[in-house]
Amino acid sequence: MIPELGHVALILALIIAVVQAAFPLAGSLSGNRPWMTMARPLAYGQFTFLTIAFACLVQAFLTSDFSVLYVAQNSNTLLPDIYKVSAVWGGHEGSLLLWVLFMAAWGAAVAALSNNLPQVVISRVISVQGMIAVGFLLFMLLTSNPFERLFPIPPEGRDLNPLLQDFGLAIHPPMLYMGYVGFSVAFAFAIAALIGGRLDAAWARWSRPWTTVAWVFLTIGIALGSWWAYYELGWGGWWFWDPVENASLMPWLVGTALIHSLAVTEKRGAFKSWTLLLAIFAFSLSLLGTFLVRSGVLTSVHAFATDPERGLFILIFLCFVVGGSLALYAWRAPEVSEGGRFDLVSRETALLGNNLLFVAFTVLVLFGTLAPLIYEAFDWGKISVGFPWFNKMFIALAPFLAILLGIGPAARWKQDDPGRMTKMLWIAFALSILVLAIAALPLFSGGHLWVPIGIALAAWLLFSHVTILRERLKNKPGLKGLVADLRGNGRSFYGMLAAHMGVAIFIVGVTMVSNFQDEEDVRMSPGDSHEIAGYRFEFLGAEPAAGPNYRADRGHFLVYSGEKEIAELFPEKRSYLGGGMPMTEAAIDAGLFRDIYVSLGESVGGGDWALRLYYKPYVRWIWLGAIFMALGGLLAVSDPRYRTARGRSTAPVGGAAARA
Amino acid sequence: MKARQKRMVFVGLAVVGVGIAASLALSALRSNIAYFFSPTQVMASEHPEDAIFRVGGLVVEDTLQRQPDGLRVRFDVTDNAATVPVSYTGILPDLFGEGQGVVAKGRIGEDGMFYAEEVLAKHDESYMPPEVADSLQTAHVDGVVEATVDSLRTEGAAQ
Repeated sequence: MIPELGHVALILALIIAVVQAAFPLAGSLSGNRPWMTMARPLAYGQFTFLTIAFACLVQAFLTSDFSVLYVAQNSNTLLPDIYKVSAVWGGHEGSLLLWVLFMAAWGAAVAALSNNLPQVVISRVISVQGMIAVGFLLFMLLTSNPFERLFPIPPEGRDLNPLLQDFGLAIHPPMLYMGYVGFSVAFAFAIAALIGGRLDAAWARWSRPWTTVAWVFLTIGIALGSWWAYYELGWGGWWFWDPVENASLMPWLVGTALIHSLAVTEKRGAFKSWTLLLAIFAFSLSLLGTFLVRSGVLTSVHAFATDPERGLFILIFLCFVVGGSLALYAWRAPEVSEGGRFDLVSRETALLGNNLLFVAFTVLVLFGTLAPLIYEAFDWGKISVGFPWFNKMFIALAPFLAILLGIGPAARWKQDDPGRMTKMLWIAFALSILVLAIAALPLFSGGHLWVPIGIALAAWLLFSHVTILRERLKNKPGLKGLVADLRGNGRSFYGMLAAHMGVAIFIVGVTMVSNFQDEEDVRMSPGDSHEIAGYRFEFLGAEPAAGPNYRADRGHFLVYSGEKEIAELFPEKRSYLGGGMPMTEAAIDAGLFRDIYVSLGESVGGGDWALRLYYKPYVRWIWLGAIFMALGGLLAVSDPRYRTARGRSTAPVGGAAARA
Repeated sequence: MKARQKRMVFVGLAVVGVGIAASLALSALRSNIAYFFSPTQVMASEHPEDAIFRVGGLVVEDTLQRQPDGLRVRFDVTDNAATVPVSYTGILPDLFGEGQGVVAKGRIGEDGMFYAEEVLAKHDESYMPPEVADSLQTAHVDGVVEATVDSLRTEGAAQ
């Protein structure tokens, strides 16, 4: 009964979405006020019915109702309750439901927090969101209904993929989806602006906090995914340039370009059409990501069971969204006036450089990700693109971005004097060169070319931003000045500072772990010792162990640095009772400056094990950098300027991110 | 310089920059791609002699052998029409198993053995890399083999 209730709720949500897509928009065009005012209640209704549908599915999982096909495929009575809940989005149908639920949540949030927005704008924004919701709800109801019944009812479910039975992965998809669908708000604002032909600083100020919050979620989501892959897949890598990872990275890259371009549009009224285009592409790439993940057209280590029919639907939907919005853009964008001229030496130019680099990198990632499809379409053979290529592309662009990142925030809007900037930044530059020289000493670099470069770039970011901070606080000296600035209208600035320091931290992490990590596959018998990177791993043997829904072999290791025991590690090789799937659970001794990582490969007879031993210096800095970026985004969103402009703040949404 | 000239310089530089970047990216790509060949194609010597490529199919039952004192394993990969012996040193992915789909990346040695540098893991039991699924369909198969593939597919669908 309850699954049917969920099904009906979904159908009602679709009907509401259709009304939502049509009436407020039509009203805004014809000046019909009652139609326009329908927007807000419809957005709340949409959210309410999807919440009901989602609750019904959660209930089916918690009660292990295997008469529902999706539950039977993704759950099991032995599954701990927390994973029964996260299993709701462990498969295709449930992830989609979560996706549309979040989209409705964003829509409801826009409706609730946008009291100062003109009714025409809010009606159009909510209508555009309704159109996207129609697409996704149709997709769900036609090809992937989570409430489909199964008969005869199986006595036991197939179990959730063991890789997903993990805290990191329980929260990774929700964060990622919040980011993906968050860009639908930026997209809806962009389309609304194109329909209205009105795009000014106020428009940028409305859509900026929403875009930033979406970007924060996406940042956290990607970082969680990377962290999860690192400890859960047992390969010790933090990024594989896998199609599915790229699918989440591309919206992030364009989204990063977008939040910078929005800054120019808000402050200077320039880059207007460009900002619109970025907003369209940020969301289109989110859709493309869904298509790549769900269609199975690409070989991916992340690929889950897929269905070509679903892929086709998303592809058609994608064509509608991209084609439709670009056509609208081509028709209306010329009417969006370009304003705000600027000189070659100005912050606008620096931000333009930032945008070009981010977009260039997005294009490269997109090309590398789709190259296998392009080759196959032209019958040039079936290929895969190796991750060294992506690394090369990243290394080719990232240094320019980092250099520019140290200059941009120091430049003034519109026009700056090169002499003034040189005078301001030369000390930071000289100090970075000094760092470069010191880090290039064999003692530090160990002969790796990229170590001094990476460290010097991070140092450049640190020194230049300290300089910029000092310049800002010239008239507000001391800690008191800083606190006063933080209380006032300076939060965006400090958000920027934190996010940019996140980049510096990230650079240090990537540089160190790429150049100094050590890994070895070894075969060890109980009592054996093996040394890597100055750490001695002593293997004491593996014993059987049992968990709530799995059996495991648990290895026992002592790790010594010199003669001192520094860690005791228990990696596991699990076999899940539900599906019988084996899984490696790595054991990690984490630290700010290094991780020590052991994973059990397989038992190779006679008590011997094939093992993987890793030494990962500074690997945590990669995720720490992402945390700084996300915190910077939240700080920027909390800037009072958005509240005065909009009446109420986006704090509830931001608070959710902080808690997660 | 007038604003117009400045803009032209800027645009010119951007075009040159994009051109150089694109050509570098493409040439780098050429040395970083790995083509896929089915065991039938490998047996017909259609694969490159000196480049890394990928081979995929099903792991033949009862062919997985492990070196007694090291980490080397060898197994056969088949598309139900031809078979390629594969050697790999290291730890196999969790879901590697006899009768399962697999994609290996490496090169052919002079002894006809495929020396894999990487064996692809998958996240889900019912997932089959698209290349493998294709090669199973296109291989020259008799009725018996077709039945095997069909049963594999229905198994996949059922799961």
